[in-house]
Amino acid sequence: MVLDVRGLTMDFGGLRAVDQVDLQVNEGEIVALIGPNGAGKTTFFNCVTGMYVPTAGTVTIARPGTDARQITRMRPHLITAQGLARTFQNIRLFPEMTVLENVMIGRDCRLSAGILGAIMRNKKTVAEEKQVVLDSYAMLEIVGIGRWANETAKNLPYGAQRRLEIARALATEPFLLLLDEPAAGMNPQETRDLVALIRRLRTDHQLSIFLIEHDMSLVMTLSERIYVMDYGKLIAVGDPGEVRRDPSVIKAYLGEDVSA
Amino acid sequence: MSSQATTQPQPGRYLAYAWRSLLVSIWFAILTFPIIVIRANTITGTITWRWHNIGWIVGGTFVGSWIWRYFLERKRAGAEATMGPLRQRLAAARAVVTQAARRPAVARGGIAALLLLVVAFPFVGGMYQTNIMTTALLYVVLGLGLNIIIGLGGMLHIGYIAFYALGAYSYALLNLHFGLNFWLALPVGALVGGLFSLAIGIPVLRLRGDYLAIVTLAFAEITRLVLENWSSLTFGTAGIRNIPRPAIAGIRLTLPQTTTFVYFIMILMVVLTIFVVNRLENSRIGRQFVAMKEDFIACQAMGVNIARTKLAALGLGGMWAGLAGVVFAARTTFINPASFTVWESIIVLCTVVLGGMGSIPGVITGALVLILVPEYLRAFAQFRMLLFGAVLVTMMVFRPGGLIQKRRRAYTISAQEKQVAAEIGDPGIQG
Repeated sequence: MVLDVRGLTMDFGGLRAVDQVDLQVNEGEIVALIGPNGAGKTTFFNCVTGMYVPTAGTVTIARPGTDARQITRMRPHLITAQGLARTFQNIRLFPEMTVLENVMIGRDCRLSAGILGAIMRNKKTVAEEKQVVLDSYAMLEIVGIGRWANETAKNLPYGAQRRLEIARALATEPFLLLLDEPAAGMNPQETRDLVALIRRLRTDHQLSIFLIEHDMSLVMTLSERIYVMDYGKLIAVGDPGEVRRDPSVIKAYLGEDVSA
Repeated sequence: MSSQATTQPQPGRYLAYAWRSLLVSIWFAILTFPIIVIRANTITGTITWRWHNIGWIVGGTFVGSWIWRYFLERKRAGAEATMGPLRQRLAAARAVVTQAARRPAVARGGIAALLLLVVAFPFVGGMYQTNIMTTALLYVVLGLGLNIIIGLGGMLHIGYIAFYALGAYSYALLNLHFGLNFWLALPVGALVGGLFSLAIGIPVLRLRGDYLAIVTLAFAEITRLVLENWSSLTFGTAGIRNIPRPAIAGIRLTLPQTTTFVYFIMILMVVLTIFVVNRLENSRIGRQFVAMKEDFIACQAMGVNIARTKLAALGLGGMWAGLAGVVFAARTTFINPASFTVWESIIVLCTVVLGGMGSIPGVITGALVLILVPEYLRAFAQFRMLLFGAVLVTMMVFRPGGLIQKRRRAYTISAQEKQVAAEIGDPGIQG
């Protein structure tokens, strides 16, 4: 098990956005979290990645082959260094930086150069910088946008920006990739390419993938297990077939009357 | 570029401009009526109506507004599309210059010429010119230092002058009490500036944008007030006089000689600053700064320690102010709190914004323009602030990126390295 969340709860004042959620991701699995708008999916994501400090509950992770460790209440940059990387629902690139530089920031937590190294430009720093450029370029090739390496990030086409976010996340050397609505705003062709890319990432890079998604066809074809949230609570878990037939899921998505 | 006809403003447009400009000028006339037209003489108790002035106001505003609108329209239509013959020629000239600059012989010649100009300046220009240039160079260092905080790190810091003051006072006081000489004071000043910058950085780590600006502004005022009122330590508003000028081990220099000497110290300091800032910028540290400025949430999520990055930017920025402060104290031989008002902070901020945030040549140009131009326009001293304001507003509208805008660096990846990388990635899926 690479991710084990127990009893995660998040209150915003009097509002309980996430209520006692248990969720597990196994090694090499693609797991999706779905639910209607405002169900608390992104809040859940933010609690796991340390952007929010959860009110209660624990988050435990284990890089395959190592001991499990608790990351609840850890600061986000440390969690990323532990091997969890994420993308954002509304793309959050560094718009004025080049595509390559965006990925280089992803490499940052694996680097060691300091201020003195930067000023002196000693052998170690120079070598590290050279390596960063090459590693980052390789990430771009993995997601298929290498030809845009020196383009300003904001000038990329939309689909490529989504890919760049994935490349940047990959650069942090994660074992678990968290994708927040990766197919949002994509056309069917782009979505198909994305499915292929996510599958390839899993097999080629030994990744486990946990994603939030609205696009049902993508969720159903891609994920092995699906968690469904509504009003902050987990209402169903299972493989795509089970979830599709689950009456509470149909109710949450389509409303009470159509539940038959 | 292809659609010449559509980008040309239509005649109807001009009429619309005229109408709106007329409205603006009428509004302006009403607004300025009490000060421009009415003159009350309190001694004789009479009022003079200067109706002719209103003509100037209406006419001036009308023409000004019309021109403003015309240029705004052109800007909106896109710079390239409406490129007139003059601008085309300018662009062509620029291309020729950049092409030439790439050739090593030309570049070397350019550097040699610049070097010669810099070295010859104090001997040709005389003491007055040298003094002005030294002041400008001080602002170049301040601007480049603040550029680390604002241009790279994206933190709106309005209290930068406080570190300059602390540098100046640390030299003045340490010299007064312990006889510390100028050369030793330089690193001490830098250290004091950097440490204080860190000290105020820690409590404001969570603040951004306007809030950070307010806190840093308050900090600058507090620093000035402390310097003014803690008389037993700082001698208050009376200031500290007879601060020794920079000297070389025992050789006594005459005043003109010292002026030249300080000028060269500043030149060296500017070179050092450019060197360090440039290296910082093109390193992991600089990348962290820029990423933090662009999107601090994403930056954090990608594993960058925001707190440490912020403090690094603040500390590095503060150091340059402290360093410049020491030179300032040594050059003027007298300091008091009046030299370190918030207004000075604003000027430094303006050099960064006007020149081009994050761009080293931009900030240098900005500092030289903002300090030198007012010096040479002393004849128009009355209108200095008016011009200053007008220039800044115009700049923000027509060239918000500054005089010389920052360009991101392109990395070269050899074909062989690309091959290696491409084999890792799957060529089956592209774009």
